[in-house]
Amino acid sequence: MELVYGHPKSLKPIQTKYCPGCGHGVIHRIIAEVVDEMGLQTKAIITNPVGCSIWADLYFDFDSVQPAHGRTPAAATGVKRMLPDHLVICYQGDGDLAAIGTAEIIHAANRGEKFTTIFVNNAIYGMTGGQMAPTTLVGQHATTAPEGRDPIVAGMGYPIRVCELLSSLEGTRYLARGSVNNMVNIRKTKNYIRKAFEAQMRGEGFTMVEILSQCPTNWQMNPVESVEWLEKNMITFYPLGEIKNTLSTAPAPAQAH
Amino acid sequence: MAEEIRLMKGNEAIGEAAVRAGCRAYFGYPITPQNELTAYMAKHMLAKGRIFIQAESEVAAINMVYGASSTGARAMTSSSSPGVSLKQEGISYLCGADLPAVIVNVARSGPGLGGISPSQGDYFQATRGGGHGDYYTIVLAPKGVQDAADLTYEAFSISEKWRVPVLVLADGLIGQMMEGVVLPEPIDPATLPRWQWAVGHSVEMGRPYNHVSSINLVPDELEAANRKRFARYGQIKKELLRYEEIEVEDADVVFVAYGTSARVSHGALEMARAKGMKVGLFRPVTLWPFPYARLLELAEKGKRFLCVEMSMGQMVEDVRLAVNGKAPVYFYGRCGGNIPSQEEVFAEVARLMGK
Ligand SMILES: Cc1ncc(C[n+]2csc(CCOP(=O)(O)OP(=O)(O)O)c2C)c(N)n1
Ligand code: SF4
Ligand SMILES: [Mg+2]
Repeated sequence: MELVYGHPKSLKPIQTKYCPGCGHGVIHRIIAEVVDEMGLQTKAIITNPVGCSIWADLYFDFDSVQPAHGRTPAAATGVKRMLPDHLVICYQGDGDLAAIGTAEIIHAANRGEKFTTIFVNNAIYGMTGGQMAPTTLVGQHATTAPEGRDPIVAGMGYPIRVCELLSSLEGTRYLARGSVNNMVNIRKTKNYIRKAFEAQMRGEGFTMVEILSQCPTNWQMNPVESVEWLEKNMITFYPLGEIKNTLSTAPAPAQAH
Repeated sequence: MAEEIRLMKGNEAIGEAAVRAGCRAYFGYPITPQNELTAYMAKHMLAKGRIFIQAESEVAAINMVYGASSTGARAMTSSSSPGVSLKQEGISYLCGADLPAVIVNVARSGPGLGGISPSQGDYFQATRGGGHGDYYTIVLAPKGVQDAADLTYEAFSISEKWRVPVLVLADGLIGQMMEGVVLPEPIDPATLPRWQWAVGHSVEMGRPYNHVSSINLVPDELEAANRKRFARYGQIKKELLRYEEIEVEDADVVFVAYGTSARVSHGALEMARAKGMKVGLFRPVTLWPFPYARLLELAEKGKRFLCVEMSMGQMVEDVRLAVNGKAPVYFYGRCGGNIPSQEEVFAEVARLMGK
């Protein structure tokens, strides 16, 4: 009989510490499904960040390495260079990747490091309790932006579109942005992850999937409101889709006539 | 077969010793006075098909070491003082995760950007952990090119044995000077053991999944982990202590000095002995663990100590701790990138001895 639903082997069958409605759990789930589908559980290594998903090593049933805040891409570089036949998943939050670890992500991407970054963009610092992230939207409230992010008068700067920022770097081969707000987008995101992992195993260069994700707790909403907020505010600012695809499997660009 | 003696700069000898020790990955960032080491590794690691990365910063380099070491590979980084300050976060994490690593500091003068001339001003940082939290790293202090090669070579196996990072603390003079060196036997990294604690190859190793991490939010568990590590430190203190003694037996005054200062002090010792003055030299090779007990023994024999350093006085605090008031401890230091001359040091000991 065909199995239509089951718990992924690569994810331990335990309840997570994530808040109700948090996107991290769904993201873990689809990563684990892809790892299983590719038969890579014994070859997978996650470098989990400092952020709410520091707990990833409790949930993924494969090897893990937990480096310092923001240094995740540097550590993933070390792991992948030594174990090129393994699947290295560099999991990062927006504070980890786009603030404290900006240098590390840019240079890992530019070197074309052959691991896959899963970039969880929830527009906030989750773990430390709702401070402004580099991806916090203009006007969005945070404990450190009590009147909302104000790029001009308070000099808080503008939200960073990371896929677009990295897309000019020649070492990057696949940059996609998905979201976990509904089933359709979850499926699409899973597909991006699969493409990225497959490219990694072919040794093609830097791959990253950015995922827009809810943080109801620090957005101070219930889970349903947070999904609506993400749809209304985040997807409109952070366009979904494949931002860059120069993989060997990419469809040939249309010829100009 | 006669051993081949090669004339090499200290920086290059450290690089070659690391290559011969089976180092599989080197990560560095340019800084004077250790640039020859990074360049040497670029040339020789890449030629051997091993990993060399010029990282975007020392912060990135030490975290690349963290990743590579997590897989059980022999991994190394090198820098000089300001860069080693940047590595401290990573070193703390390496210690928290019980990962081996070799870190070379070809030290220069500070604080701040300071100068590019040799200094021993990083002793406190090196011997007191250097970053946040309760930990130590093993610190080896070479006094010349041969010693730098030997200690770097050995640093890898020491670090693996104890699962504690090893810091090789040299200085700009040792890095830059040329001396004859007999190089150790090359090890093929493919013959090195794979470790049960590492990530990767879990099936071949027949082990459950590993989680390399330094986090633990449960106070009792974290305390237990720290106590376990400190029990290992206790063992290291028993087994790894190293020092060199020259004409200490009948000495009235004993120089205590490491690295370049020990060489200078040795010169001063010879000047003093030529004049019939009973002067000896005690040179710690391991700065952590520090040979406290042996210094106390010497103090109890009635010896006085003159600590010579290229700093405003850092190791002298350990010497005072060691002798615990049982003997006078004097200090002579130069800093800012100045190296004391043997004449200066001789003059100081002569003054102390009323000669
Ligand atoms: C060097 C350092 N600085 C600050 C912190 C505190 N800190 C822990 S997690 C975090 C932010 C995490 O936010 P993000 O990366 O967006 O992950 P999220 O929790 O939102 O998933 C910060 C600032 C730290 N652990 N280390
Ligand atoms: S604080 Fe936010 S990101 Fe963290 S677990 Fe809760 S909902 Fe998820
Ligand atoms: Mg976040």
